[in-house]
Amino acid sequence: MHLNDEERAMLAGAMGPARQWAMDHQMQVGRMFDAADMVPVSQAHMMADPESLGDAGVSFVEAFAGLPEPERRVRVPMITDPRGVDLSCYDPLGQTEAMADLERRFIAACQALGIMMTDTCINYQTIMPPVFGDHVAYGDTGVVIYSNSVCGARSNFEGGPSALAAGLTGRTPRYGLHLDRHRRATRRFLVETPPVELTDWGVLGAVIGRKAGSYWAVPVIEGIDTAPTSDQIKHFGAAMASYGSTPLFHIVGVTPEAPDLKAVGGDGLAAERIGADDLAALRADFGGEGDKVDVVVFAAPQLSLVEMRQLAAICAGRRRHADTDVIVCTAPSVYADAERMGFNATLQAFGATVLQGTCFYQQYAREIGEANGWTRLLSNSAKIVNILGGYGYKPALASMAACVASAEKGEIV
Amino acid sequence: MPRELKCHPGIGPTVAGEALTAADNFSARYDLDRIKGIFSRPQHALAGQSYKDKILVLNTAKGGVASAWMLHEMKARGIAPKAILFNAANTILAQGAALADMAMCDRFEDGDVTTLIPTGARVTVYPAEGRVVIED
Repeated sequence: MHLNDEERAMLAGAMGPARQWAMDHQMQVGRMFDAADMVPVSQAHMMADPESLGDAGVSFVEAFAGLPEPERRVRVPMITDPRGVDLSCYDPLGQTEAMADLERRFIAACQALGIMMTDTCINYQTIMPPVFGDHVAYGDTGVVIYSNSVCGARSNFEGGPSALAAGLTGRTPRYGLHLDRHRRATRRFLVETPPVELTDWGVLGAVIGRKAGSYWAVPVIEGIDTAPTSDQIKHFGAAMASYGSTPLFHIVGVTPEAPDLKAVGGDGLAAERIGADDLAALRADFGGEGDKVDVVVFAAPQLSLVEMRQLAAICAGRRRHADTDVIVCTAPSVYADAERMGFNATLQAFGATVLQGTCFYQQYAREIGEANGWTRLLSNSAKIVNILGGYGYKPALASMAACVASAEKGEIV
Repeated sequence: MPRELKCHPGIGPTVAGEALTAADNFSARYDLDRIKGIFSRPQHALAGQSYKDKILVLNTAKGGVASAWMLHEMKARGIAPKAILFNAANTILAQGAALADMAMCDRFEDGDVTTLIPTGARVTVYPAEGRVVIED
């Protein structure tokens, strides 16, 4: 890999051990993916919940936090993905003081590095969306796929360590989605049944992700003639990334790199149809009508302010079943707005617990499930029902309205 | 007679161990009970099997970014695979291998690695050289 003078200085340790580690880490990853050089980034976004970090990960970052300030501060604006513990509400969930302490230690370390604790996976809706052609180093697959596809920004999936490295060096290895050749379509899908509400979008994204099945596959999609809302395409991308490890898609006539099929090289690909049968097959993997529900979860991605309003409107004047808990996860900035606008109060009157700065699957899902006796989980997120099977849950999928009605009745309606 | 497989140069140290192979994908968050050290996702081809100290041989990575921290955390507790071999790694698993100093390779010249290395085979992984040796 070609390094400039500043990058060589970082690698040699002239700018401290944190940047030396970061550059070495980036060199290892860059070599594996044949990066020729580094590319400056305008932002970094780090996924780092304490369940994933463990004591080892927290201690690793704490070592950097103890360095002199010039050696430890990140060099570009750097923000965080959801946390694992909402420090204003963890005991009621069955989370332990040890979990909260690990979270507190990590937050303190991040703050010493100059990282802004935004604690959100919807930064593209709440903080500062990247712009077309913007090179960024984002974590959270939902953030990356939205930023690449909808905004036309350029990011690989940057796991927590690599996002941290990018924050410390202000750059990332130039490979994968930073290069034009990896942004060309490799699979072409024709949608026969355009999605309507959020869960439909998630299911369609899941089907395409499952079919694409690789980080290096780029789907181009035809058959969607009306621009979706930000929330709809958020669920679409998050599910696609979850089922397929897919970091980029194009929708002809909708996303900025695909004004037409030819622009992304899709005209040379055979079209694969996605019909109602494909969508039904995916839904059939999850629980059905009449099944009891222990917990209903609205998360993954965190709810936007518009989703908070939608959910509050559906819940208004109703009450959940005594045996069914309801969890709502949103960003701290959205939580504050929702508090001011009364949405939180409406959700709490329904019996929901509204969490800020966390996302259900990132907050010790196995442990809180065991602590609360939650096994049968219902959500309108196609992403979260894909993740939680490995955590011991029996997940089911339904629309937002059906989730609320099911929470009210205590079983899937 | 040992058999050598060529692959793209990878990450991590030279290691030797016993292969655990499946034509399935991998995510530390989606698929594992990291406390018990087993594959926990019921639908996974290796469900119920221990991955501790194995050379995992799988198709590709899937899902989210958590695996990048999780490989490091698993190795720190001593309940981790020795290496992971993929047909195609994604960026997250490579980043996790770099932090954890875990051996990882992909892109095998002879085809589908999940058909080339059977479960139980003794293998040595040389990431820097881009080669894997299957012992007799």
